[in-house]
Amino acid sequence: MYNKSLKELSISLQNRDISSVELSQYFLDRIKHFDGEINSVITLNEDAALLAAEQADKNIQSGKAGLLTGIPLLHKDIFCTQGLRTSCGSKMLDNFIAPYTATAVSQLEQAGAVMLGKTNMDEFAMGSSNETSFYGGVKNPWDLNTVPGGSSGGSAAAVAARLAPLASGTDTGGSIRQPAAFCGITGIKPTYGRVSRYGMIAFASSLDQGGAFAKSAEDAAVMLQAMSGFDEKDSTSVDRPVDDLLDHLGDSIKGLTIGLPKEFFTDDLDNDIREKVEAAVDALKSAGANIKEISLPNINLSVPAYYVVAPAECSANLSRFDGVRFGHRCDSPKDLEDLYKRSRGEGFGDEVKRRIMIGAYVLSAGYYDAYYKKAQQVRRLIREDFAQAFKEVDIIASATAPSVAFSAGEKKDDPVSMYLSDIFTIGVNLAGLPGMSVPCGFVDKKPVGLQLIGNYFEESRLLNVAHQYQQLTDWHLAVPAGYEKEV
Amino acid sequence: MQWETVIGLEIHAQLATKSKIFSGASTAYGAEPNTQACAVDLGLPGTLPVLNEQAVRFAVKFGLAIGAHIAPYSVFARKNYFYPDLPKGYQTSQFDKPIVGLGQIDIVVDGEIKTIGVTRAHLEEDAGKSLHEDYQGMTGVDLNRAGTPLLEIVSEPDMRSSAEAVAYVKKLHTLVQYLGICDGNMQEGSFRCDVNVSVRPMGQEEFGTRAEIKNLNSFRFIEKAIAHEVERQIDVIESGGKVVQETRLYDSNKDETRSMRSKEEANDYRYFPCPDLLPVEITSELLDDMRDSLPELPAAKKQRFQQQYGLNEYDSDVLTTQRAMANFYEDAVNFADAESKLVANWVMGELSAGLNQHSLTISTSPVSAERLGGLVKRIADQTISGKIAKKVFEFMWGSESSADEIIEREGLMQISDTGELEKIIDQLMADNEAQVEQFRAGKTKVLGFFVGSIMKQTQGKANPQEVNKLLQEKLKE
Repeated sequence: MYNKSLKELSISLQNRDISSVELSQYFLDRIKHFDGEINSVITLNEDAALLAAEQADKNIQSGKAGLLTGIPLLHKDIFCTQGLRTSCGSKMLDNFIAPYTATAVSQLEQAGAVMLGKTNMDEFAMGSSNETSFYGGVKNPWDLNTVPGGSSGGSAAAVAARLAPLASGTDTGGSIRQPAAFCGITGIKPTYGRVSRYGMIAFASSLDQGGAFAKSAEDAAVMLQAMSGFDEKDSTSVDRPVDDLLDHLGDSIKGLTIGLPKEFFTDDLDNDIREKVEAAVDALKSAGANIKEISLPNINLSVPAYYVVAPAECSANLSRFDGVRFGHRCDSPKDLEDLYKRSRGEGFGDEVKRRIMIGAYVLSAGYYDAYYKKAQQVRRLIREDFAQAFKEVDIIASATAPSVAFSAGEKKDDPVSMYLSDIFTIGVNLAGLPGMSVPCGFVDKKPVGLQLIGNYFEESRLLNVAHQYQQLTDWHLAVPAGYEKEV
Repeated sequence: MQWETVIGLEIHAQLATKSKIFSGASTAYGAEPNTQACAVDLGLPGTLPVLNEQAVRFAVKFGLAIGAHIAPYSVFARKNYFYPDLPKGYQTSQFDKPIVGLGQIDIVVDGEIKTIGVTRAHLEEDAGKSLHEDYQGMTGVDLNRAGTPLLEIVSEPDMRSSAEAVAYVKKLHTLVQYLGICDGNMQEGSFRCDVNVSVRPMGQEEFGTRAEIKNLNSFRFIEKAIAHEVERQIDVIESGGKVVQETRLYDSNKDETRSMRSKEEANDYRYFPCPDLLPVEITSELLDDMRDSLPELPAAKKQRFQQQYGLNEYDSDVLTTQRAMANFYEDAVNFADAESKLVANWVMGELSAGLNQHSLTISTSPVSAERLGGLVKRIADQTISGKIAKKVFEFMWGSESSADEIIEREGLMQISDTGELEKIIDQLMADNEAQVEQFRAGKTKVLGFFVGSIMKQTQGKANPQEVNKLLQEKLKE
């Protein structure tokens, strides 16, 4: 059951082989059984989930069911959910219950999906290993001594351990793709502006984008379809029709040109990972795709540019957490300054504080031009690099991450090395392009991810390339040892 | 030493939109604290701003009215600072790319026209209010005002006296109300003013160090605060000190300014473009639309009133200061179908006095333009005298009746019937032969006695011109 595709689950529901209540209970039981060691779920939504499942069953009975009706899923705890705590992985919001639901979540709700709970994440989505969460780190189901990646590590680990068929995530610099790679699942971050950011707690507003985790590109397409669309409550969401993401999943990729940026295949790339990525590229070639080397000359500037822009935005975005109206407030403040200092000092973890300080610094008088302005110029260059590349190719491919899942604690005290784990993914966010990661093999029994990058709003083509690859391979069907048993 | 005063002004005009600049919450004044603050205004996590198009249109309208450059692209920025009444920890404002660029405004002081430059005008959100008085040892925060749209209008340092500053503020105050973009209510804070003041030796080109006086909300306070501040700065310099650049607060009770904070303590606001909002794009369609919607502006209207209605400088000025007043006047002239000067006298005289006395405005006047016009019409055609008209006006104030209805009901119609008047005069002359003799002996002053008696007898309804004419004729017989 746990390894069934979305389509199979949907058919079982429609045929009444199983009810949504049973299916939801099945995955709730798996969470209860396995999550003690993984720690991927922060908050369970059991009672409300079963009620929603009941409603879904009624809708199925009355023939008002779509592909997602009655399908259980998990949401990253960055999406606000009315009536259910939204912590963003932080002590600051340990007591926060939003009076509204994020647009992406309510669209999935409208489509009939059943929310089982909220997943663990790096605090305020700042981290690449899920170790900055106030609720403790998440373990990678492939090797409990390693991290699941971050910041959407809870969602990725949960789908990898088959605790839910689908989970939402957000990606600011790789936070969907890198954990998808580390956990051996499929993850997609669409074009910036495709999924509404309303109700999604902001880390870096110009980079944040919601997306989907699933076992396969096909399942991810169904979920992303439901999440996408213009939202008048988000001025940066784009008012253009959403393509039918399933329509082209059968298309041949014959004649499609896939670009390999030479900057992503230097000697620095781990040889074992390179082999897996090259094998994946060969598979696509065998399906008829043309392969072409390309160059993204400024891509090596993406990590430094990102670590100016993202902290700058976050330093302002996180100012609202001041202990005045909601969230953590320190005990008996003696005056206003004390209230601010202690509430924020106690409520935020180290990584969040580090980024707020970097952000305040790069925006401060006398430094703005040298840092923030310069970083925005670099960002334009990177965008132009990609635009140039997409004149020659249809899809860009690379490794998702420079390594497989690393050990817990390994990079915790070395922020720069941690930041470099997003070296292949960050440029995509700076440019606002859609990108995804699909499993393409194992190194040391740990999954390797193939990153695929598409042109703006070409999620449909991107998903099809991933789907065609998954027709040729079965890496995505692998389940980590210990989690393939029924409970 | 002769000193010259240099003044520049920043005016915050609250835009008269129904909802806030970035949320759908109401901007109505005076609601219970925090009942008009939605999730966006509260800065709850995950909420996002959506720009109110009406605020943009109002800003464009203002820019066009002062002949300013309207930026095809303007950008909202975040101004970062912590304060309990600033929910997001930053104010969304426009910084280096404001919507309205350089424009100008003409003022008249002592009969001289002077052009004041407007550096820029930009859109921003207002903060909430901290309430310190009502809570012992605590501070209350009311976020109803948070997110209210403001247009901040920044002048060049072009003014050289408090009189010029006040003239400029009044001019802007009139203008924004004309445009219908701000209700101009200074008590409620819809129109408030920060004044930058410095002094320099007469003839010196370089500006002196300025002080900024914050949040002045009446013309009188602006005048007094400037006067006081100029005096203080001259004192400081003449006694060998230096003016420090700082923010000062005007205390209207003590009539003095006090230091709030100096520049050294000033915040670094770390402005950067707000990533939640797209640049504001002004299309040529919107510009044309706004150009077409511009009303006749005060200066043009004043000129027209002088030409069309033959009014003098003073009358035309008073009548065009408020758009509602000007409209009332024009309507009344229309209904009076008569001398425009007489209508002006009535609007500026009896009507304005009545409104002032009852703390009403022209828009809440109990006597409509139609009814006032109807009254003046009856003065002009001599149905009633000016004196009787005042009586009719009093009746009108307390009722819905027209002048004609009142005149009819109260029998106030003027007696112009020569036959009737002659009868009264003959009787009067017969009864007062002594006075008739006196008149005929050259004591013409007794004419007044006859006029008075007739008026008394007719309860003021006799046509005074007719009475005079007939008396003259009969007494001389």
